Amino acid sequence: MLARLGLVLVVGGAVAAGAANELRFCLRTDPKTFNPLLVEDESSTTVRFLTGGVLIRLNRYTQELEGELATKWKVTENGRRIDFELRRGVRFSDGTPFSCQDVAYTIRQLMDPVLHSPVGDPLRSAAGEVETTCASPSAASVRFPGPVADLAAQFDQVAVVSAASPRKESAVLGPFEVGEYKPGEYVLLRRNPNYWKRDANGHALPYLDSIRLEIQQNRELELLRFRRGELDIINKLDPDMYDRLSSEMPHAVLDAGPSLDWETVFFNQVDSAPLPEYKRSWFRSTDFRRAISEAIRRDDIVRIVYHGHARAAAGPVSAANHFWLNTAVKPGSGSEAAAMALLQHAGFRRSGGALLDSAGNKVEFSMITNAGNKLHERMLALIQQDLARLGIQLNVVVLDFPSLIERISRSYNYEAVLMAWVNIDLDPSAQMNIWVSSAANHQWNPNEKTPETAWEAEIDKWMQAQNASQDPNKRKAYFDKVQQIVADQVPMVFLVNPNALSAVSPNVKNVTPAVLSPQVFWNADRLQIGGTLVSQR
Amino acid sequence: MNLKQKIALVVLVVACAASLGAGWMAQHSYAEQSREFISVPPSAQFWLGTDELGRDRFARLLYGTRVSLLLAPAAALLSTLIAGLIGGAAGYLGGRWERTVTAGVDLFLSLPWLFLLLAVRALLPLNTSPVTSVMITFLLLGCLGWAAPARIIRAGTRTLVNSDYLVQAAASGVSRWRLFWRHLLPNLRPILLAQFWISVPLFVLSEANLGLLGLGVSEPLPSWGAMLRELENYSAVLQNPWMLAPAVLLVIVVSCLQLLLRTEESVAC
Repeated sequence: MLARLGLVLVVGGAVAAGAANELRFCLRTDPKTFNPLLVEDESSTTVRFLTGGVLIRLNRYTQELEGELATKWKVTENGRRIDFELRRGVRFSDGTPFSCQDVAYTIRQLMDPVLHSPVGDPLRSAAGEVETTCASPSAASVRFPGPVADLAAQFDQVAVVSAASPRKESAVLGPFEVGEYKPGEYVLLRRNPNYWKRDANGHALPYLDSIRLEIQQNRELELLRFRRGELDIINKLDPDMYDRLSSEMPHAVLDAGPSLDWETVFFNQVDSAPLPEYKRSWFRSTDFRRAISEAIRRDDIVRIVYHGHARAAAGPVSAANHFWLNTAVKPGSGSEAAAMALLQHAGFRRSGGALLDSAGNKVEFSMITNAGNKLHERMLALIQQDLARLGIQLNVVVLDFPSLIERISRSYNYEAVLMAWVNIDLDPSAQMNIWVSSAANHQWNPNEKTPETAWEAEIDKWMQAQNASQDPNKRKAYFDKVQQIVADQVPMVFLVNPNALSAVSPNVKNVTPAVLSPQVFWNADRLQIGGTLVSQR
Repeated sequence: MNLKQKIALVVLVVACAASLGAGWMAQHSYAEQSREFISVPPSAQFWLGTDELGRDRFARLLYGTRVSLLLAPAAALLSTLIAGLIGGAAGYLGGRWERTVTAGVDLFLSLPWLFLLLAVRALLPLNTSPVTSVMITFLLLGCLGWAAPARIIRAGTRTLVNSDYLVQAAASGVSRWRLFWRHLLPNLRPILLAQFWISVPLFVLSEANLGLLGLGVSEPLPSWGAMLRELENYSAVLQNPWMLAPAVLLVIVVSCLQLLLRTEESVAC
């Protein structure tokens, strides 16, 4: 019995230790697909990022586009056409040569209505066929029926699949290939022996032999395993975990600064919502919304809720988004006097401890958020006290996530909501679905047939203009106007941009944390375990 | 009543008195956020330190004790009454009544209550005050927590019904009504009391768990359950052991109640 137990422990130890040149980190869930064209969920996106070869890659650190399988590219015809010069001598992981035919096949698959690739959605600019022509095996031209905003950047998400390989999408052009998958346990990625990239000294990349992606939903267990040395990376940490880990392993935690994500509050302005008319008029009052924005002390949220690992947000562009940020837009002041002045201008008055509107209704409303999110619960408690200073009674309601979505997307039976928005794209065109008044995610008043306010019409105009233009400076000018209108009208109260927090074992070298996803392993082909190359290739 | 039980009684009286006199004893309001004093250790200003929002833990403990000590026993009383009525009737009447109730209890226990609770929360108006919200929560707990005790009470009743003295009493012509009130109910009292006291801490903890579903005590009202949720952060507990105060108080109160329960049991026997 003892011998058996000993054997089990030894075997367990060997498994836990893993291979010497292997990077280990966690996925929250099993990947739903290994087909790079059908990727929607986060886990599949991670696998695609590590295995897929793309024509153009957005460098997560410099935020610049870089050629990968395409050595050059040119966008013409006002964003309808892109010409690629392809890298020569590249092979898929199974040895099949890469050529223009693979690009054409990938685009055909991407646009195939039967396959309905979510990756292809941003490229579906207008009705009609997408044409790919191959002037030679290393020259590809793709022509779209309508202009595609930020066309070159869209190819960061498009992993090229092989037209000729018998292994189909299992043959990859990225640094790793899927070696083994045990549902509920792990995905093992092995080094792609035919990966084309080399480092400055001519060594073949990637440096790692393999990456083990453990399926682990429980974040506490993930943290525990990291502390034990069983994991090398935690790509995203919350502030509490960051602080706990930093007290024990100060050299293992990384704060890359504010991310692109937002924490926001918005009010229900839907015409058909089951709200008393007087409340709807509050929520539609610009002064009321601005007063709420002014009253919220963002600095306290940053300090108390995020322990300093966030930045007060002014608008829909984070400070991390260097090019698109309108620096003229500033966050709310947190001033009670400024908020009160705005409320008085809108006809509100204090009576005793309570705030009353011009008709004498006591200002009381509820704010919902998703249950189980401690950061949101703490933020709401702070906002509750900030608003209480104005005499506003805020009722905090936490709901399970499906109920919350049902209320804000279908029944519109809510008054105000606190929500997090995950933003993975630097380009403002990715925000069309929020700011254009006819969009489903125009959350405070979705699916407007025509813009219901002059300022929404104005936003529509500038969003369409930036989307249609190919001149980056003009686009920036147009989107600056959008940011200014949003700051003036406050359809959403932007609270903070949480920082991108990660943990990396000191054993992992060449880590350059970025605020864009995937924060820590975006340069996975250059990551090393230990100080020296394990094998010279 | 022995010395231990007298001490238990004194402790309970002090806990109740302190919670009722919270407004007088605490230096701060339970909702007041002293944002310059986040998670500070105990001091003359904050006797049990402050929580992560700068609220006085001592004030929150006192007010939370008031909420939990008042409402958890109320919910436990409600569930024990329902359980006593249904389980007692099933055990006493026997036959098809017993079979029906047993099947009903099994069915009730197998229902997915999580979804019912979610549906209930979805039906509640959003502008429910924190006090109303907490009362609804404990009312729900009371109404839903009867099934497991009902099983035990049914089994206890059945044993008593078949006991010699009840058979003899029935044979000597004592009416069923008198049999129930005079002979059966007093002997069921220890079981009913045990179920009651077991339910109290159970409901305190259930309230904490319901908070994850959006039910339970809403901000800024404190409760033991809400304060116990802070203990999830075990490393913070190690660094700030005074965070354990609500757990310690819960253990003390339940232990005292158990000690007093023994008095009740001995009286009943």
